[in-house]
Amino acid sequence: MSSTSLAPETFDCRQAFVEELSALARADERIVAVCNDSVGSSNLVGFAREFPDRLINVGIAEQNMVGVAAGLANGGYIPFVCAAAPFLTGRALEQIKTDVAYNGYHIVLCGMSPGMAYGELGPTHHSIEDLSWIRAIADMIVVVPADPQQTRDVVRWAAQTDRPCYLRIGRVKVPNVTPDGVTFEFGKALQLRDGSDVTLVATGVMVSRALEAADLLGAAGVTARVLNIATIVPLDEEAIVRAARDTGRIVTIEEARTTGGLGAAVAETVVRNVPVPMRMLGVTGFAPTGKAEFLYEHFGLDAAGIVRAVRELLT
Amino acid sequence: MAEPLRSDEQPAQRRLRLTEAARHIRRSILTTVGTAKLGHVGGDLSVTDILTTLFFGVLRYDAAFPKWPDRDRFILSKGHCSIALYSTLALAGFIPESLLPSFAAPLSPLNGHPNRRKVPGVESNTGPLGHGLPVGVGCAIAARLARAQWRTFVVLGDGELQEGSNWEAAMAAGHRHLSSLTAIVDRNRLQQGAKTEDTNALEPLADKWRSFGWDVVEIDGHDYDALYAATSARGSTKPRCVIANTHKGRGVSFMEDGVEWHHKVPSPAQIEAALAEIAR
Repeated sequence: MSSTSLAPETFDCRQAFVEELSALARADERIVAVCNDSVGSSNLVGFAREFPDRLINVGIAEQNMVGVAAGLANGGYIPFVCAAAPFLTGRALEQIKTDVAYNGYHIVLCGMSPGMAYGELGPTHHSIEDLSWIRAIADMIVVVPADPQQTRDVVRWAAQTDRPCYLRIGRVKVPNVTPDGVTFEFGKALQLRDGSDVTLVATGVMVSRALEAADLLGAAGVTARVLNIATIVPLDEEAIVRAARDTGRIVTIEEARTTGGLGAAVAETVVRNVPVPMRMLGVTGFAPTGKAEFLYEHFGLDAAGIVRAVRELLT
Repeated sequence: MAEPLRSDEQPAQRRLRLTEAARHIRRSILTTVGTAKLGHVGGDLSVTDILTTLFFGVLRYDAAFPKWPDRDRFILSKGHCSIALYSTLALAGFIPESLLPSFAAPLSPLNGHPNRRKVPGVESNTGPLGHGLPVGVGCAIAARLARAQWRTFVVLGDGELQEGSNWEAAMAAGHRHLSSLTAIVDRNRLQQGAKTEDTNALEPLADKWRSFGWDVVEIDGHDYDALYAATSARGSTKPRCVIANTHKGRGVSFMEDGVEWHHKVPSPAQIEAALAEIAR
């Protein structure tokens, strides 16, 4: 690749999300969107125009929002609950546990702008605990798409399952990382690169950074396998065990706390099956002020940080 | 199984039928609490006449087809009074009466709080307070979207109204004029350890609901005619709140209005005395 090549085009996944949701809603009148005054931030303006009755905006009231979704599911609808991830998961956690998961309803919770997407708005608006929280709830599926194509696939998959799901829908712009012609397979890790020295296990916006890190490592003679884990629950344990066995070292990368999210899920699998040295990269504390990109660098969640973690493992 | 709802029934006949059904349910409650040595007997007995009137006078359902799409939805938000609900569902034919003695036993479908995935007739899992009304609001929105005629009923405890989620839901229901939604407050004036008014006062309760856009009626929650009148007709353009003034432990003189009977377990002798009183 020429060093003068342009940076790849990047995308806000919310656009792909709402286009797919609208297409699904056209085909299936059971699909409704529920939101908390988040029509704009969830990119639902077009949906609202096209399906005015099927966008249920309950105002700034997240507990009610999730309860209302359960009632809609009881009445035969398929609710996509769209709200900023920190408030959806934090404010309505008990409703997610009881009304969604324990009831066993087919409800798709869409945590918009997760991680540190809200950058300088600060830790109140960051959703870095959601993967730990939701992963701890029985019967919840957790899926984090990495790019627009995967977002479309995941939304389509979530509409046709019959189980409660939590999706993270990113607003931080990401390049396409999914190879042409490859579609999302629920519960399966997607191997984007092969390598034998280390495996980089990444999710969401961190996948493109893992690929960048793999390029940097490759230039230095270290070959890294890269796995895109979109489905965090249930985890593709087979792919993780294979990676541990084949490469002997694992680095996990997520825009979240590592105390229960992807890193923890991978570590639990590794320690039970093939204990190998690991590094878990994530958000290690309440973030200082700054834009998302700055914060990724701050927490070592960029290519350079990933390379550092790999070097630690190799020495 | 109790006789089904009859539209041509005279009030006196209905009263007689509901009285008998409630007597049966109270007997089941006391027997079940006695067997399990667990339960919330005070609240079970305060909500009994409300459940009786709804299930044997007002609600449209088919116990043999619990998921009938056009059924009325009933949600017991005060899920800790599950024994009253199970006893009612048994009399209505959703579950066999023979299941009641298994309440709270290992692996029984009859958990301390109701689980829709195990018990037909349960619409939504409750237990933590403040969950039923938001779900009921969602049900009422679903009925409106589907242009369906079914109605939604949510029974709330009064202490439960201290949970803010109820008022989020009340505001949404008022705003949306959800006239197919009826909330019934089991106003027994006691919460777990004290009077509601001494803990975190609810009054003026009717004014609160009215100010959130609801029609409100206040009735004697043990009067079948009043309960029937307040719940059988759907609201005009607003959701309806029925404040049902009740007595915790209703029907058992030594339990009535006693705060200690929130979840105290009666002794075998007390159960026997209570059953004798109910039979009268």
